[in-house]
Amino acid sequence: MRIMRRQQRETMIVWLSLAPALGVLSLLIGASLYYGIAQSLGYLSIIGKTQLSLDAYRNLLTASTPAAGEFWPALAFTLWISAASTGLAALGALMIAVAVCNRQRSADGITLFALHINLALPHLVWAVALGLLLSQSGLLARVAALFGWIAAPAEFPVLVRDRYGIGIILHYMGKEIPFLVLIVLAVLRTQGAAYDLVAENLGASPWQRLRYVTLPLVLPALSAGSALVFAFVFGSYEVPALLGVRYPRSLAVLALDYFTNPDLNRRAEGMAVSLMMGLVVLAVAGLARKLKRAS
Amino acid sequence: MILVRQIVRRAASASQRSLLALTLEHGPWYLLQLTLFVLLVGPIMALGLYALARAWFYPQLLPQEWTLQPLIRQLSSPSTSAALSTSLLTAGSVTLLALLFGIPAARVLGLRRFYGRDLVLLILFLPNVVPPLAIGMGLNILFLRLGLAGSTLGVVLVHLVPVLPYAIFALLGVFERYDESYELQARTLGADPLQVWLRVMLPLAGPGIAVAALFSFLVSWSQYILTLLIGGGQVLTLPLLLFSAVSGGNPTTIAVLALLFAAPPLVAIALAARALSSGAATIGQQY
Repeated sequence: MRIMRRQQRETMIVWLSLAPALGVLSLLIGASLYYGIAQSLGYLSIIGKTQLSLDAYRNLLTASTPAAGEFWPALAFTLWISAASTGLAALGALMIAVAVCNRQRSADGITLFALHINLALPHLVWAVALGLLLSQSGLLARVAALFGWIAAPAEFPVLVRDRYGIGIILHYMGKEIPFLVLIVLAVLRTQGAAYDLVAENLGASPWQRLRYVTLPLVLPALSAGSALVFAFVFGSYEVPALLGVRYPRSLAVLALDYFTNPDLNRRAEGMAVSLMMGLVVLAVAGLARKLKRAS
Repeated sequence: MILVRQIVRRAASASQRSLLALTLEHGPWYLLQLTLFVLLVGPIMALGLYALARAWFYPQLLPQEWTLQPLIRQLSSPSTSAALSTSLLTAGSVTLLALLFGIPAARVLGLRRFYGRDLVLLILFLPNVVPPLAIGMGLNILFLRLGLAGSTLGVVLVHLVPVLPYAIFALLGVFERYDESYELQARTLGADPLQVWLRVMLPLAGPGIAVAALFSFLVSWSQYILTLLIGGGQVLTLPLLLFSAVSGGNPTTIAVLALLFAAPPLVAIALAARALSSGAATIGQQY
């Protein structure tokens, strides 16, 4: 009897400790979801609209409306920058992690420190700095001029605020490579060295070691991390807003533009875009969680 | 022994091949490394140069003169110092609240295995990945109605959505390594709960809590879109100022503001260097 009461007390303490955090979060997120869905369905009591409809979604998804004319290119553009940054960041991270792992221990500390500095800098700072590096009279253009590769700033390729999102992709490579390097290094450090040494002693070439030892070892963790990167890039606003052009725009930029439109009817469309974005992000993040479990 | 053999073999094979052959063989590899290096270090160099150079015009590669004047001018401008204090106040309050709510939650999540624990972790994982844009847009109208929009309190509350789960996961790492039996011993020896807190819990978990607080501060400090959507342009933090400076287009102003904005993260990294290099803490990508 006494044991049971103690167990009940324990359970109560557990949930009481969790209550404040869970309460705050579920209240805020629940409210956000509720009002988000309501508004995307056209419910806006401020302007007296209480009739629910799927108009916003229909406008966005059917190809004949102006909103759809913007939605589908924005979706394609967002998928492009997310996929390209994720793929390139994963590749770069793998290379750096393997290189760091093959070097002596002493270089490790400095590299790790540099990676952490990179990670800690806010995206906004990084985007601004990248703009200063890559603009047509920026630091790289000056280097190019020094070597005589370009005669005038206008000859330097447009790498930021360009049509193809190159600046955005370069930004996310710079910021997400360190994130993925640390993930890969964590795996290599705990289990990599011994396998690699065995393979080398059995006569495997560096390429064979990379292909048949290192890659299978780090792939689960790397793909989980990559899925997180994809989800993050897909949903974030600041970087495409700063380093992108007016057309094509990313979904996040489009959503906020509709949402803050003086025409309050556009709000529903903005909300609908952001909800659909959230859905994609959650699906990808769920995949990441599953991959992480598997690893 | 194996290690020695490996080192000897590597050294021997390196000396056998000529330097030229090595360069040719690894040429593409070095080019790739150079590209990555430029991508990872170049922006920081550009930022520093633009912030500290005087009259540095294209096509000069390096500035002829260095100056701290723009930095000092920005620091003494009323709008910048107001934004700085708003940012500090917001991020400070968010951090305190996140610790207040996060420590009890992380403690039971780290030390107890109970029915529903996985579900709780899943719920905490969600706001980690849902785009802040979606959260902010959904809450915008509610906060307007409650009178919280445009107030620092509203911004602090909405910052909790990304910061609180982040803090809990950071603290979870601390409490998973925490040995509760020390508390039990102290209690048996007659310590009261307050003494246990001050003399046992804080010394044991304090450093980890400090690191978690530091990074929670950074997550809040870096928020742009949530502040914009809930603050409605009335709560002007440093990122909002930087964002509008970018559309202004003066590289020096932009660089100096960005440097000011980047200073606390850099200090935080320096402070937490040991915890980071030992792997006791991770930053993640939540910015």
